Amino acid sequence: MPGPEHRQQQSLPRRLYGWADTRFSIGDLVDYMRHKTVPVHGHSIFYYLGGLTLFLFLVQVGTGILLLMYYRPGADSAYESVRFIVSEVSFGWLIRSLHSWSANLMILVAFLHMFTVYFTQAYRKPRELTWFTGMALLGLGMAFGFSGYLLPWNELSFFATRVGTGMVRALPFVGDYLMQVLRGGDEVTGATIGRFFGLHVAILPAAFTLVIAAHLLFVQRQGMSEPVDWMTKNQNEKKFITFFPNFLYRDLLLWLLALNVLALLAVFFPDGIGIVHWPLGQKADPFAPPPLMIRPEWYFMFAFEALRLLPVHVLFLEGELFGIILFGLGGILWLLVPFLDKSSNLNRRSPLFMWFGVLVVAFIVVMTILGYTLP
Amino acid sequence: MIAGLLLVGTIPSATAVPASTQSNCVKCHFDIEDENGAAHQIGRDIHQQSGLYCSDCHGGNPALDDMDAIRASAGYRGVPDRLAIPAFCSRCHSDARYMHEYNPSLSVDQWEKYQTSVHGMRLAEKKDRKVATCVSCHTAHSIGAAKMPYSSTYPQNLPTTCGRCHADKAYMAEYGIPTDQLEKYTRSVHGIALLERGDLGAPACNDCHGNHGAAPPGIASLDAVCGLCHAIEAHLFDGSPHRPAFIEQGLPMCETCHGNHEILKPSDSLIGLAEGQLCATCHAADDQSKASADILKVSAGLRSLGNAADSAAHLLSLAGAKGMMITDEEFMLKEVGQIRVQARSTVHAFAADSLTPKVEEGLAKAEDVRKRAVKLIEEYDFRRFGLGIASIFITLLALGLYLKIRRLG
Amino acid sequence: MEQNVSRRSFLDRFIAVIGIAFASSVLYPIVRYLIPPKSGEAAASQVKLPFGRAELEADPRKSRTFRFGRQLGIIVLTPSGELKAVSAVCTHLDCTVQYRPDMSLLWCACHNGKYDLNGGNVSGPPPRPLERFAVNEVGSDIFVSKETA
Repeated sequence: MPGPEHRQQQSLPRRLYGWADTRFSIGDLVDYMRHKTVPVHGHSIFYYLGGLTLFLFLVQVGTGILLLMYYRPGADSAYESVRFIVSEVSFGWLIRSLHSWSANLMILVAFLHMFTVYFTQAYRKPRELTWFTGMALLGLGMAFGFSGYLLPWNELSFFATRVGTGMVRALPFVGDYLMQVLRGGDEVTGATIGRFFGLHVAILPAAFTLVIAAHLLFVQRQGMSEPVDWMTKNQNEKKFITFFPNFLYRDLLLWLLALNVLALLAVFFPDGIGIVHWPLGQKADPFAPPPLMIRPEWYFMFAFEALRLLPVHVLFLEGELFGIILFGLGGILWLLVPFLDKSSNLNRRSPLFMWFGVLVVAFIVVMTILGYTLP
Repeated sequence: MIAGLLLVGTIPSATAVPASTQSNCVKCHFDIEDENGAAHQIGRDIHQQSGLYCSDCHGGNPALDDMDAIRASAGYRGVPDRLAIPAFCSRCHSDARYMHEYNPSLSVDQWEKYQTSVHGMRLAEKKDRKVATCVSCHTAHSIGAAKMPYSSTYPQNLPTTCGRCHADKAYMAEYGIPTDQLEKYTRSVHGIALLERGDLGAPACNDCHGNHGAAPPGIASLDAVCGLCHAIEAHLFDGSPHRPAFIEQGLPMCETCHGNHEILKPSDSLIGLAEGQLCATCHAADDQSKASADILKVSAGLRSLGNAADSAAHLLSLAGAKGMMITDEEFMLKEVGQIRVQARSTVHAFAADSLTPKVEEGLAKAEDVRKRAVKLIEEYDFRRFGLGIASIFITLLALGLYLKIRRLG
Repeated sequence: MEQNVSRRSFLDRFIAVIGIAFASSVLYPIVRYLIPPKSGEAAASQVKLPFGRAELEADPRKSRTFRFGRQLGIIVLTPSGELKAVSAVCTHLDCTVQYRPDMSLLWCACHNGKYDLNGGNVSGPPPRPLERFAVNEVGSDIFVSKETA
C-alpha cells in the first residue's frame, strides 16, 4: 500500500522529476521527448556534426568566461594580460589554448555540418528556416573568430585585422564609413579592441544564443531530416533509435572523445601548428613595418585569395569590388537554395544542385590551398 | 652672369650675399677649373658659409677681373708655399680677437699644438714638404666642421684622411714607421664600431693621437688615454701591480696586452699560464708566486662563470623550444651577462680577490636562471602527465558509455 | 534476473565513479585557474615598485634598479629629495647605468658615458638620452609609468 515507506524508496531522479512536474507540468514535454526518434541509415553519422559544433561552442563559452577573469581590453593592457594568463596564471596556458583550438575546430565542424546538410538536401521543405538560422550561425561564428583574433593585440592579429577591415573600403559609398565604424576610427587602434571586445563578449553571444535557440527548437520540433532515398522505403524497412537515451549517449560519447582530442591538441600544440598558428609573439606596434606575410585565418583564406587573384579592374569595376559582389551573389544563392531547389521540395534528388555544391567545395578547397602555396 | 647664377646655386648657406661683395674670382676660376678646382668646391666651405671669400685669405682686390691687376693690387698674398701654410691659416686662426667675431667657442691653439706635433716639428726643423699641413687634413677649399658628415675630419672619414699618407707605403717609405695602421684599425673593435656600425662614440685616429698636436701617446700615459672611455679598467689598472711593473720595464700599459691599432675583442681564454695565453708572456707557470696563483684563480673564475651562464642559457632555450614562456628568465640572463662584463673589467685589477665577489654574484644569478629553466621543463612534463591522467579517465568513461550504448541498443 | 540487475547497476556505478573522476580532472584546472596568482595583475604601462622611499633613503647608493615590462629602469633619490626614474639601459651598447651621488650623474661603467638625472646624455659615447619615466608617490608606494608626450 502506498505510504511513507514507499516514498522513501523512490530514487533521487524520480523525486526530482516529481517535484518539477507538480510545479511546471512537464509531463507532456517529457512524453513528447521520450518518443523522439532518429533515423538510422548510411548517412546518419552526419547527424552528430551539429551537436559537435554545439559542444565546441560550449567549450568556447566556458573557456571564454574563464579568460574574461583575467583579460583586460585596451592597447596598454590587452597583450600584457594575455601574456600574464599564459605565463603566470595556473593552467592559463591550457584555457587559452583550448579556446583557440576549439574556435578553429568549431568553424571546421560547422562547415562540415553545413556541407553534409547540403548534400543530403536536409534544407528542403519543411526545414528552410533551420537552414537560414544555420547560415546565420556560421556567419556569427566567423564574426566571433574575426573579432576574437584581434584581442591579444599582437603583431599577427594587428596586421591581419588591418588588412581584413581595410577590405570593406572597396564597397562604393559606404566603404570608408563602414571601415571607420568597424575600426572605431581611421586606423586599427585601442578603440578597435574596444569594439571587437564588445562584439565578441556581448553582442555576438547574445545574437548567437537567440539564433541557436531557434535552430535547436526547429530541430527538436521537426526531428532529423531523412535522406530522400531512405524516405521512400517501406516503414518496416526503416530503422530508428530513440533520441533519449540512445542517440544522446552516442552524442555524449562523441563529445567526450572530442574533449580528449582538444586536450591533446592544447597540450602538445599550445601555440597551434601549421596554418593554425597563434604564438603570442610581440606586442602590436602600429609604427613597425608589416611582416612579409600577412595572412587571414584559414577560414577566410579562400575569400582573401580569390580577391587577391582577381585582376585590378574587371570591366568598369575595381577588381576587389567585383569580387565582393560575386561573393555576395554567391552567398545569396547559397542561402536561397531551399527555395531554388524545387526537386528537393518534391523529395527528389537534384543533380544540378549537387554539382553546384561540389563546385563550391572545390572552389573553397582550391582557393585555400592556393592561398598557402602561392607567393 | 651664368657662372654667378651657378655660384648662387652651389652655396648651401642661407645668408644672402650682397652683390657688391660677390667675388669676381669665382666667376673666372669656375670656368677655367675642373670639378676639383677651388671655385667648384668653395660652396661647401665653412669660410664661404661664414661670409669670407677668396680675397679674405688670398688677398687682392676682388672687384678686379684681370689677373695681373689683381696680383699687383694691395694685400695680395696668392697661393702660400707648402711650408708656409700653417702660418698662412693661423694668421686668423690664432688671433683670438678675430676668431671671436666668427665663432666665439672655437679654440685658437691649433698652430700652437701643431708645432708640438711630429708633423709640425718636421716641417719647422727639417723643412719636410711631405708632412701634413692644415690643408692635408682639412682640404683647402671644402673645409667642413668635423660634425658634418661630408667633412674630411668627420669621425667616419677621418681614418681615410689620415690614411691618405699613412697607409701609402711608397709615400711613407723614408720615415721607417709602419703603414698598416689603417688596415689594422678597420679590423679592430673600434674600427668596426665606427666605420661599420656608425657608432660615433668609438675613437677615430684623433681621439687617441690628438688632431693638431698629432703624436702617438706616451708610453706611460697610454692608460690615461684609453681610460678616457675605459675609465673603470684604467682605474683598476692604475691601482694594480702591473702599472709600476710596466713603467719599470718600459712597457706601453694597455697596448702591451691589447695592441694599439688592431685592438680585437678579448676572450676569457687569453688569461692563463699555458703557452699562447697572454699572461704566460711574462709569468712562468711554475714559479709558485702569488701572481701565478692569482692568474689561475682568475682564469678559473671566469671560466666557471662562463660555463654557468652558457649552461643556463642552453637549458633555457630548451624550455623555450618546448613552448614555455621564457621572457622573465631571458631578462635574468641579461643580468648575468652584465655581471660577466663587470667580472671581465675587474680582471684589470690583476688580483683574484677583486674578481671573486663578481664571479660569485654571477654564479648565483646563473644558478637562479638554471633552476627556473629546470622548473619550466618540469612544468612541461607535468602537463603531459596531467593530460595522460585526464585521457585515462576519459577513455574509461568512453568505454563505460560505449558498453552502456551497446547494452541499450 | 538478479545477475542482470547487478551487472547493469555495476556498469552504472562504474560510469558514475569514472564520471566523477573525469569531472574532477576538468574542475581541478578550472579551480586552480580561478585562484589569482601571487604576482598580482599584469604589469602594463604602470609599475608599482617593490620598495618605497624609506628603502631608497636607507640605501647608500640612493638608487635602485627596477623592472619595467621588458626594460630595466633606475630610480634615483636626488639630494633635494626628489625621485627621478629613467631607463637604465645605456643608449650606447646596452650596459646597465648606475647612479653616482658624488657627481649627481648617471654613469655607464662600460665606456664612461655620463647622463644627467633627466636622462640627457652629457658626456662620452652615448648617442641618445635615456628614456624618462613619470614617478608618482601614493602614500608609501612608488608608481612608475611611461611619460606621456
